[in-house]
Amino acid sequence: MTALEPDLTDLGLPSIGGLHGVPTTGAKQTAKDFTSDQEVRWCPGCGDYAVLAAVRSFLPTLGIRRENTVFVSGIGCSSRFPYYLNTYGMHSIHGRAPAIATGLAVTRPDLSVWVVTGDGDALSIGGNHLIHALRRNVNLKILLFNNRIYGLTKGQYSPTSEEGKVTKSTPMGSVDHPFNPISVALGAEATFVGRALDSDRKSLTAVLQEAAAHRGTALVEIFQDCPIFNDGSFDVLRKGDEAASRVIPLTHGEPIRFGPTGDDGLGTYAVVQEGFGLRVAKADEVEAEQIVVHDVRSHELAFALSRLSDQDLTHTVTGIFHNVDRVTYDDATRAQVQHARDRVRSNGSSGLQTLLNGRDTWTVVG
Amino acid sequence: MTTTDSTEPEVISRDRVVIRFAGDSGDGMQLTGDRFTSETASFGNDLSTLPNYPAEIRAPAGTLPGVSSFQLHFANFDILTPGDRPDVLVAMNPAALKANVADLPPGGVLIVNTDEFTKRNLTKVGYSVSPLDDGSLERYTVHEVAMATLTRGALEQTGLSKKDAERAKNMFALGLLSWMYHRPTEGTERYLREKFAKRPDLADANVLAFRAGHAYGETTESFAVTYDVAPAPLAPGTYRQITGNTALAYGIVAAGQAGGLPVFLGSYPITPASDILHELSKHKALGVTTFQAEDEIAGVGAALGAAFGGALGVTTTSGPGISLKSETIGLAVALELPLLVIDVQRGGPSTGLPTKTEQADLLQAMFGRNGEAPLPILAPRSPGDCFDIVLEAVRIAVTYRTPVLVLSDGSVANGSEPWRIPDASALPTFDPGFATVPNSPDGAEFWPYLRDDDTLARPWAVPGTPGLEHRIGGLEKADGRGSISYDPDNHDRMTRLRAAKIDGIAVPDVEVDDPNGDAELLVLGWGSTYGPIGAGARRVRTLGHSIAQAHLRHLNPLPANLGEVLRRYRRVLVPEMNLGQLALLLRADYLVDVQSYTKVAGLPFRAEELQDVFLDHLAQNSAPGVHA
Repeated sequence: MTALEPDLTDLGLPSIGGLHGVPTTGAKQTAKDFTSDQEVRWCPGCGDYAVLAAVRSFLPTLGIRRENTVFVSGIGCSSRFPYYLNTYGMHSIHGRAPAIATGLAVTRPDLSVWVVTGDGDALSIGGNHLIHALRRNVNLKILLFNNRIYGLTKGQYSPTSEEGKVTKSTPMGSVDHPFNPISVALGAEATFVGRALDSDRKSLTAVLQEAAAHRGTALVEIFQDCPIFNDGSFDVLRKGDEAASRVIPLTHGEPIRFGPTGDDGLGTYAVVQEGFGLRVAKADEVEAEQIVVHDVRSHELAFALSRLSDQDLTHTVTGIFHNVDRVTYDDATRAQVQHARDRVRSNGSSGLQTLLNGRDTWTVVG
Repeated sequence: MTTTDSTEPEVISRDRVVIRFAGDSGDGMQLTGDRFTSETASFGNDLSTLPNYPAEIRAPAGTLPGVSSFQLHFANFDILTPGDRPDVLVAMNPAALKANVADLPPGGVLIVNTDEFTKRNLTKVGYSVSPLDDGSLERYTVHEVAMATLTRGALEQTGLSKKDAERAKNMFALGLLSWMYHRPTEGTERYLREKFAKRPDLADANVLAFRAGHAYGETTESFAVTYDVAPAPLAPGTYRQITGNTALAYGIVAAGQAGGLPVFLGSYPITPASDILHELSKHKALGVTTFQAEDEIAGVGAALGAAFGGALGVTTTSGPGISLKSETIGLAVALELPLLVIDVQRGGPSTGLPTKTEQADLLQAMFGRNGEAPLPILAPRSPGDCFDIVLEAVRIAVTYRTPVLVLSDGSVANGSEPWRIPDASALPTFDPGFATVPNSPDGAEFWPYLRDDDTLARPWAVPGTPGLEHRIGGLEKADGRGSISYDPDNHDRMTRLRAAKIDGIAVPDVEVDDPNGDAELLVLGWGSTYGPIGAGARRVRTLGHSIAQAHLRHLNPLPANLGEVLRRYRRVLVPEMNLGQLALLLRADYLVDVQSYTKVAGLPFRAEELQDVFLDHLAQNSAPGVHA
């Protein structure tokens, strides 16, 4: 039997955004306001610094009250993140942050709830909670710092490490096939999936802004360098023509072109459809109509784009893969509670005493 | 019965009766028992029940593993247990007979559904000759009733298929027993109409079968007697029947209202705790949110997240589920946030005996977390007590900002008893006391680990409170200020502070029931053994012996007077459904040489069994040379 009470097909979408219900402030806020008094203790050169700086300067732009912002993290280097923000925060246990944040988000619609996690935290020990948060579409923003290595335990391979990775626990190279986090998220029914590079503050901020505006779970994969145990792992994506020929940035509604600028002012490479998937071609070797126009609403396109990204980073798609509206778990849960209350109110019967009495009672007279 | 016909059966008065309904798990024995219980409760008897069913939903029909039973003890006085042995056994098939008949004492009444006594069914359970024919049942009063045939006949006019009609045979059995024991029948008819509201044809069929069973008793002459069990003189008040799981659920709703806190339950289905989730999911109108999580860990995690946000966070589990939650409970100890954890204990280790009762999680509750991670533990002593224990557990959780573990068990969870309904408006309220302003000595900052002088509790500052932004986590915190600290002395201090906070929780003194005041043997129990221990003690006293009984509802911290109580008696006996876990704690804490009596058979102690154990210990006590 299927039945849903009340009718939960709309609940205000798409007009209500990710921050609907969170109190705003007219006061001017700066990155400094979001900086706690704790000394930041990541290794020198860690990519987490760049992400922290980006988030500190991005949060004030949301215009919401600092006290209504909560960061929940798991365990790992990136999970120290909440300590360095002057918001409410919880540094929880390994892999469980999405579950903890779910309970908070469901009970507190007035909070903007963020999860900070890493590749080991989110995709290894916490894989179960990640996929279920995405499937439920709880109004959480999940920042997945992917450095493709275990840092805090000093350098074992992670579930996103490339095959053959030589680490302390895999001296002959890892034989595990890695997860593609974007494919995992899309397979788990995610409504928002994006990716950015730690050092590209402009693109990272743009993705964070869209994530914050999205009502539902937003997964943002951030490629982040671990200078100690996986140094330079994303360098090929950072600078120069080589980086330009590898990074495929997405813009909704635009043909997917990338690489060094060509004669038409756009990238010299293009993404075209081939069979059930996509391939990279030289733009001047294909017809214009063969070039795929990005559409964040298409689940199929998003998945095909996620498969373009290779373990060796030959092609790395960045930006917003997917962004669609679907009723969130927390909105629907609250609507059911409200509906039950309204119904009882209109019946005129309610209350704890009625519950305790039940149907069959008998009275013993003294 | 208004007829004065000479065939009117004789009515015999009894002070107490134990009935056991037994059949295949598909026969609806739990429902039949439930209905008989409701009829009995509304009649005003005191009662206690024991459902006993297999873990498999439908084990192969007609086999021994598929037998499901429901035992009900009702009386005209206050009783403590579901009864040791049935006076009446209803056996719906050969498997039910074989699995249960050994418990029926000689002279007991046996009502058998003969339709199922086919060669095939008899062979399935190893009867080469039908026990109905071989004389093996002659010590019992046997009533052979073709229940399926009679039910089918009664439903002939309904147009139901033969198979559907026969499914109502449990209601036939209920009707017959309701007649034999003069139970009121309106409640069951009303119940059936409501249960099958969407299938009026099935409602009619069940009511017809129920009436047919009743009429069968009335009109056939095979039943020479009926029995009358007068109402029990319970304390004045309005009563209902309640199971432990329902009482726990109601306690959670009531506790949320008492503290003005929204209730959030994060839970993963597991036998026998799932009924709490089912019950609470029905009470959204009372401010309850239920979250069926992806696993046990997410259930407790979400509850803890909700607690961080200022809700009454609750999680419920059983068996291996409590192991999975251990790490998050440890985090709750470190975070010092209120959290209610309910463990409905079942047989272990591992998957163990999912539908059977046990008390073997006590030491895990005490110590089953990494590091020094103390928390308060409470245990209800009866189904109705579950309501009060939850109110008490939540009061402690909120007052002391700590996770609290409630150890129920399978027999309390599924057992039922009359419950005097409390006046909701008279339940004690409490103030969660959320922090609203900075608390540092200079008044400028918020220090999340600055403690209350009396309770040692830290402030509960929920997100959304301006000026109190703070970060908490599983890393050790600096005393007071709450920032991360790896300082050795600080860790030592914080560890002792967490322990002192739990040790300092105010719990009531344990009361000793020692009517003559001269007992030398004290029997001390905890949790669901209250009923059998009390019943056993009653029997021993009736035989002229003195025996003292005390029962613990608080397992951590233990009542302040417990050491004195233990030392007051020459001999202390601790019966437990484990291998001596409370005894181990008592010996360690008080250096008292307590004696253990243990059993882990998946079923509650029997009063008769404990009577013998108590008599044995009384005899040893009076033997020369003991405790010289």
